[in-house]
Amino acid sequence: MADTATKFDKRPALLLTPAFIAITALVVIPMSFILVYSFYENVDLAVDRVAFQFGNWEELLTDGYYHNAIWKTLKISFVVTVLAAVLGYLPAYFIAMTKFRHKWLLLLLLILPFWVSFIIRTLSWIHILGNQGAINGLLQWLGLTDEPIRMMFNEFSVMVGLIHVFLPYMILNIYVSLEGIDENLEPAARTLGATPWQAFKEVTLPLSLPGLAAGSLLVFVLTGGSYVTPLILGGPSDFLFGNLIYDAVVTELNWPMGATLSFTLLVLLGSVVVIYSRFMGLNQLSKAFG
Amino acid sequence: MTKKMDSTKRYEKLREAVGNGDVDRRTFFGLLGSAGITAGLSGGIMTAMAKHARAAGTELHFEGWGGVVSEALRKHAFDPYEAATGNKVIDATFGGENEVLTKVKAAGSTDGHNILHSSGVSWYKRWTDNGYGVVLNEDNIPNMANVMEAIIKPFRDITPDGLSAVPYDYGTTGIAYNTKYVSEEKAKELGANLLLDKELKGKIGGWGGDWANRAWYGALQSGQDPNNIEDWDAVWDKAREHRDLVLKYWGSGAELMDLLAKEEIYVTEAWSGRVAALQEQGHPIAYMDPPNGLAWMESMFVLKGSPMEAAEELLNFMLAPETAIAVADGQNYPSSLDPTKVPMPEGVEKLPAYDPTGKLEGLVFRDPVKWVAVEKDQSKMWNRVQKGG
Repeated sequence: MADTATKFDKRPALLLTPAFIAITALVVIPMSFILVYSFYENVDLAVDRVAFQFGNWEELLTDGYYHNAIWKTLKISFVVTVLAAVLGYLPAYFIAMTKFRHKWLLLLLLILPFWVSFIIRTLSWIHILGNQGAINGLLQWLGLTDEPIRMMFNEFSVMVGLIHVFLPYMILNIYVSLEGIDENLEPAARTLGATPWQAFKEVTLPLSLPGLAAGSLLVFVLTGGSYVTPLILGGPSDFLFGNLIYDAVVTELNWPMGATLSFTLLVLLGSVVVIYSRFMGLNQLSKAFG
Repeated sequence: MTKKMDSTKRYEKLREAVGNGDVDRRTFFGLLGSAGITAGLSGGIMTAMAKHARAAGTELHFEGWGGVVSEALRKHAFDPYEAATGNKVIDATFGGENEVLTKVKAAGSTDGHNILHSSGVSWYKRWTDNGYGVVLNEDNIPNMANVMEAIIKPFRDITPDGLSAVPYDYGTTGIAYNTKYVSEEKAKELGANLLLDKELKGKIGGWGGDWANRAWYGALQSGQDPNNIEDWDAVWDKAREHRDLVLKYWGSGAELMDLLAKEEIYVTEAWSGRVAALQEQGHPIAYMDPPNGLAWMESMFVLKGSPMEAAEELLNFMLAPETAIAVADGQNYPSSLDPTKVPMPEGVEKLPAYDPTGKLEGLVFRDPVKWVAVEKDQSKMWNRVQKGG
């Protein structure tokens, strides 16, 4: 009996080993390289010198250009997350609550956009919001406007593009949460005298908060790490921190600075995940994909 | 009776079975192993087929600018070359050579990169300075004899011991404007300052991908010689003035054409060949080269590690008059062939920037020594200015 109690169970370690190796090889080691690279010195375009100096970090910490980009990134990520949460809750609620026999079809429709390239989906907004796009075409055809309304290449179009791409992540997470709620709870609240709105506000909404929070985390982090959407849909002043990394690595061929910026973005977005984990726990995320 | 099941149900049943222990571990791993063997067999067959395909001829990886330029090269150069030799040209596109350099540097090798449609002498210098150049055996490229001496000289000055590229075409980055909204008189009167016309705010574009292009125009707008800039602050002040009027900085020739064709923008600096393509499509877009406008030459640069014999064979094929002229006509950029040696058809003679003398004296190119020397600081500056800095 005592032997059984003290016997070390190797199964969890064995089961975790492949994931541990994969994360170490694909995340920890590359990020360590990036951290090391951030101390190197870029002496000319595409020419770096091995060094241990803090010039890149000093530039990051003292230059308002980078601080502005961080602020802008956090602001856009926050707004996109809030809008995605508001826009995503309704379809998630509908899918979870519908008595439609083929609910799987609705879920399929939700993931259908993933079958089309992310770039194509982003570019499609030019044909919707552009001067000769669908909306302006319709407005002019109806005689509501004489001139095209400018909707493209500004912060609005960037946010539309980001919400479009990341909304399914929000909906799926909220849906998973709503799906897990005992369907008798809302009728029970109604029998106790609650109005439909009160039943939703007091019962369903609080119970779906973990899904809402998990979706918000994903949308926030994914938005914060974006750079292609502002590149395609944004104007000159519409950029995220990721675009500065692209500039440093690809156009300035300054890898040490690019590494510094990359590591900074990792720490920033990692902090958001840590804060979330502290208050909500990460288990809700796994449910959405499980 | 067979019960019909949808995929979700089937998946749920399977998951339930695994969870309940109804599917034992041996069966599970057996299924997994079968899947692995199937994948392995398919992979093996594909590998064998790929080896067989490679054995049929040499593969050359080409990277270029995409759009009408790539289409012209594919149709008039690569397809006939493949048919004639059995070699294969795998072409891809880039937004700029910095993308290729980043990839090559990250990979630590030039595998998968052989020939680049390289822009300008500055990039020729960068590639060779970074040790990615080769020495072409010009005896294997007899059609080089027809190439303008004036276009070869800047490249030979950088690598006197041998070329790593053959000059292939040239053009200008002038100003394109929509004639529905901007008159020819106004365009000519303002010249480079048309890009700073406040009346066109929100309808102006610009190339975001090249700091030197922006700086060249900043120099013209601030009254400086672009090849001898003394006041960089004035240059970037003009770039800021331009930025505040810009709707969008475009990043590729295709995007440039799209923005002009859809009338998102009315005015922008533009590549001459792309504007010619728009004109062929019937768009009311005019083109002008302002005084001291930017001219450039492009080469076919062979990277270190490439199969030299096949690469030289392709370059010679591309420089054959019938091929070079067809490509020039297709991509709307004049060929590097000397028109005093190889008669050009009317279509090529009408192309913007075309020089019938073969001496290129009427065009102003970047001085690579001056521009490369300031690139590290000024390219960084441009990225900031572009983003509101």
